[in-house]
Amino acid sequence: MDLYSLTLREAGELLAKKQVSSLELTSATLEHIHRTDASIRAFVTVSDETALAQARQADERRRRGEMVTPLTGIPFAVKDCISTKGVRTTCSSRILENYLPPYNATVIARLAEAGAVLIGKHNMDEFGMGSSCENSAFFNTHNPWDLERVPGGSSGGSAAAVAARMGTFALGEDTGGSIRMPAGFCNVTGLKTTYGRVSRYGLIALVSSFDSIGPMAQDAYDCASVLQVIAGKDPHDATSLSAPVPDYLKDITQPVKGFRVGIPKEYFQAGMEAGVESSIREAIRKLGELGMEIQEVSLPHTKYGLPVYYLILFAEASANLARFDGTRFGLSVSEGAENVIDLYLQTRREGFGAEVRRRIMLGAYVLSAGYYDAYYLKAQKVRTLLRQDFENAFEKVDVLVAPTCPTTAFKLGEKTADPLAMYLSDIYVVATNPAGVPALSVPCGFSNGMPVGMQLIGKHLSEDLLLRLGHAYQSVTDWHKMRPGMIQ
Amino acid sequence: MKTKESPKNDFTIDTEMVKHVAYLVRLGISEKEAQAFSPQLTEIINYFHLLNEVDTEAVKPASQISAIRSVMRTDQVRPSMPRPDFLMNVPHTEGNNVQVPLVFDEE
Amino acid sequence: MSVYEPVIGLEIHAELLTHSKMFCGCSAAYAQAPEPNTFICPVCTALPGAMPVVNEKAVEHAILVGLALNCTINEMNQFARKNYFYPDLPKGYQISQYDLPLASNGFLDIPDESGGGVQRIRVRRAHLEEDTAKLSHEGDHALVDYNRAGVPLLEIVSEPDMHSVESVLAYATRVRAILRYLGVNSGDMEKGVLRFEANVSVRPTGSSELRTRTEIKNLNSFRALTRATAYEIQRQTQLYENGGEVIQVTLGWDDLRGITVSQRSKEEAHDYRYFPEPDLPPLEISRTRVEELRTRLPELPEAKSLRFLQEFGLTVKEAALLTSEKSLADYFERTVALSKSPAKTINNWISGEFLRYVNDLGLDLDGLPVPPENLAELVDLATGKVINDNSAKAVLKEMFQTGQSPKQIVEAKNLAQVSDEGYLEGIVTRVLADNPKEVASYLAGKETVFQWMMGQVARLTKGKADPQVTRQLLLQGLEKARKS
Repeated sequence: MDLYSLTLREAGELLAKKQVSSLELTSATLEHIHRTDASIRAFVTVSDETALAQARQADERRRRGEMVTPLTGIPFAVKDCISTKGVRTTCSSRILENYLPPYNATVIARLAEAGAVLIGKHNMDEFGMGSSCENSAFFNTHNPWDLERVPGGSSGGSAAAVAARMGTFALGEDTGGSIRMPAGFCNVTGLKTTYGRVSRYGLIALVSSFDSIGPMAQDAYDCASVLQVIAGKDPHDATSLSAPVPDYLKDITQPVKGFRVGIPKEYFQAGMEAGVESSIREAIRKLGELGMEIQEVSLPHTKYGLPVYYLILFAEASANLARFDGTRFGLSVSEGAENVIDLYLQTRREGFGAEVRRRIMLGAYVLSAGYYDAYYLKAQKVRTLLRQDFENAFEKVDVLVAPTCPTTAFKLGEKTADPLAMYLSDIYVVATNPAGVPALSVPCGFSNGMPVGMQLIGKHLSEDLLLRLGHAYQSVTDWHKMRPGMIQ
Repeated sequence: MKTKESPKNDFTIDTEMVKHVAYLVRLGISEKEAQAFSPQLTEIINYFHLLNEVDTEAVKPASQISAIRSVMRTDQVRPSMPRPDFLMNVPHTEGNNVQVPLVFDEE
Repeated sequence: MSVYEPVIGLEIHAELLTHSKMFCGCSAAYAQAPEPNTFICPVCTALPGAMPVVNEKAVEHAILVGLALNCTINEMNQFARKNYFYPDLPKGYQISQYDLPLASNGFLDIPDESGGGVQRIRVRRAHLEEDTAKLSHEGDHALVDYNRAGVPLLEIVSEPDMHSVESVLAYATRVRAILRYLGVNSGDMEKGVLRFEANVSVRPTGSSELRTRTEIKNLNSFRALTRATAYEIQRQTQLYENGGEVIQVTLGWDDLRGITVSQRSKEEAHDYRYFPEPDLPPLEISRTRVEELRTRLPELPEAKSLRFLQEFGLTVKEAALLTSEKSLADYFERTVALSKSPAKTINNWISGEFLRYVNDLGLDLDGLPVPPENLAELVDLATGKVINDNSAKAVLKEMFQTGQSPKQIVEAKNLAQVSDEGYLEGIVTRVLADNPKEVASYLAGKETVFQWMMGQVARLTKGKADPQVTRQLLLQGLEKARKS
């Protein structure tokens, strides 16, 4: 039995019965990574020593009869934008290539307290800016289903890792589809949480108004177990929600008959790959079989999701990235610098990749005196209309179903020439973040041999419902159990 | 609040503007780079003029309508970060200070 | 009257006295930090992933100041990012307030030019922000200490309603007094906790136009504030008189050379690219909360001043001086309560000799060696003519030095005034007899000699002679001499 392939639930049961130790599980995972990742390149950092030490601690904790959780002893890794104390955190950028955070993000602290075992950091698009992982300053991550294709982005490394069973679960981060789109491309389950449901303290910010950390795993049940640990108010994050955290596993196996599904008609207009559309329609049919009521709804402002998303992204990212200046951490290019401004100019030019530079320049532009009203403020107003679209829809239905991407994973290099073309691939996932609503991406089929992902979008704080629906769907389908050929 | 006249659809971000915004975010940039970025930035911004189609006269910006309000903390001193933890990542230090190259001008 | 009149607005940056910083739990007592970079954390050093959380005490202090400045406290206020690059600003932006400040549309009434009436200086707004790190220039490089980064700051912006250096000083003094009254700022400008920026322009007297203004930054004392403002008014006036133009620049004040100097190498204004701070939800301040805080306001300088005018019959200027420090006003009132002498007399003592000693000796009004009951006793001794004024001054000096009560000192040094006419008559007679030349001189019309003769009586009585009685007797004596 390949220990590393177990779901969180399965591994947890074996650990609880003491049929396997965390050390065994973690070692097996690490060995698998070292064999497999050379061709996939999902990891920026694999921290074997600390992982094994944590695994031993988890075993010790269990041995002593101390309190354990479903996550105790389970190996996991996180997208490299989440601060891990003492473990290199790079955002896949040269400017942070050797940065060692002196503190843990709240989510890491919570997972550590639960006894989970951190094994490494995942590759991503630099500072989350990208939809294919091709903007990493270090190397491309390859889709385990077809190594010539992208895993999606920006949580590409996390999706590829889970797909290739390199780590039982992952934490990704979704600002504009960055969990769901790669989850769809790689055949894994990923949850974009309600904005504020999970603390952002320690998450290296991209778009402060949209960033949402969420679990990525083999199925909805696993995602629920992880969410249980990381969700909840954090006094360090003023935007985190005080709403109590429900017991996500309590009702997850309940039937879903009678829930109303909305199909947003704007998401099904021309442009979808045929195989993607047929997979989604088949999945919708399955939901109908489960007793859910299907109806069409409209999200009239859908096409404005992209400009709203990007304009706000440009503005906030340009400010969030201002602190990377070569003075307190990270890359510092001081040779030939006659004054501190030279230090800034040189460091940031060398440290940031082209996509990052484009976006922060555009950010400065849209916030400039004279342009603020026309761009940033306009985008914030249309954002209100996007939110209202969702609110109106959720008065008629409980969940929306849509594809995560109009196509399956494209080839490496296919879209890199045209930044705008890359932005357009986000079209289905990009409206949820400005609205703050949660969405679960689940595997629902294949098209031309590549995975297709379906997203279930719910209203504010409806993670429990989404996970329940996802679990129900996964109880009558096997898509999520399929593994890439190289991992058989 | 009255919205300003939106820019025209064929608005170009020329090389001079690229250099200007690059400096605003302290990005060193060569003439060649500025020339290369210009059409890219122009294309992207022009696509976003799509938003001009939407009538937002009576709409409030989303930043003002979120539900959370008044999150504050009590005025209590909490332990600071050990100085070595901070200095460890600092590229250039002088004693316990962070060292930077010559600074002139106020702001 | 000058052809041009000054038009001045003042921006005041006041650190707020809280235990912890504005957006994190690090200690705000940076002046007491043992070493650079001690009171630091991921938030105030702007490490990646750090996030701000508002200090509720800073908000409370700010509301109190806003109320004291007669502002509207805005029910909904929002923080904003003010974006610029400088080594003392670790995030590359300062969290401040822009569109929706905490307080707006207030005013302060200060004595007007003649000192008789009041003029109203409008306060445009007061908003919360965070202080920067400390930057020290060391020749070819600089050092940064983040102990101060993130300390709460209140920025108070006035309208350009001041038209003289005197009113600038009066406004600044009054604001400082208010901050001290509220206990939210020590007012210690030398320590940098209170900083001024003056926006100066001039215009033809009587017109209402607003011409180009310059901004003088980092004025950290009343002296620098007044000198710099005066200089800049003059400079601009001369420019216009010579047909020149005033350019909008940011200036610094060179106290050594006594001139303003252009600071920014680029003359364009900063593009701060403000937008609402997404990491901080809006602050909602209810009417109830505002009213609750209003009840906590102490009697402020203006109200106290007015009351002193009415209750104690003081002039506007006298009241203004006494109320410039709450501790001084309290001292005065206590002394009045304990004394039988008129308030005016007590005021004369306090604003004169008493304050002179306090300032010369660099003393704090809290915990003085001369408590109010002692001063009250001294003033009563003087008005009761038990001792004369000169003796009283000497006693006061002794009181400051030893902390003893005036009665103790008067007895010990036998300073009780001599008013005994019989005794004094003898002295006067002796002085007149011993100095015939001076008597003749006086009778011939040289009146200044009289003072000299008063001095002689004082000398012979070791300063204890009652001056009024002496004067009377001396005059009588001299008249007698004239007739003979």
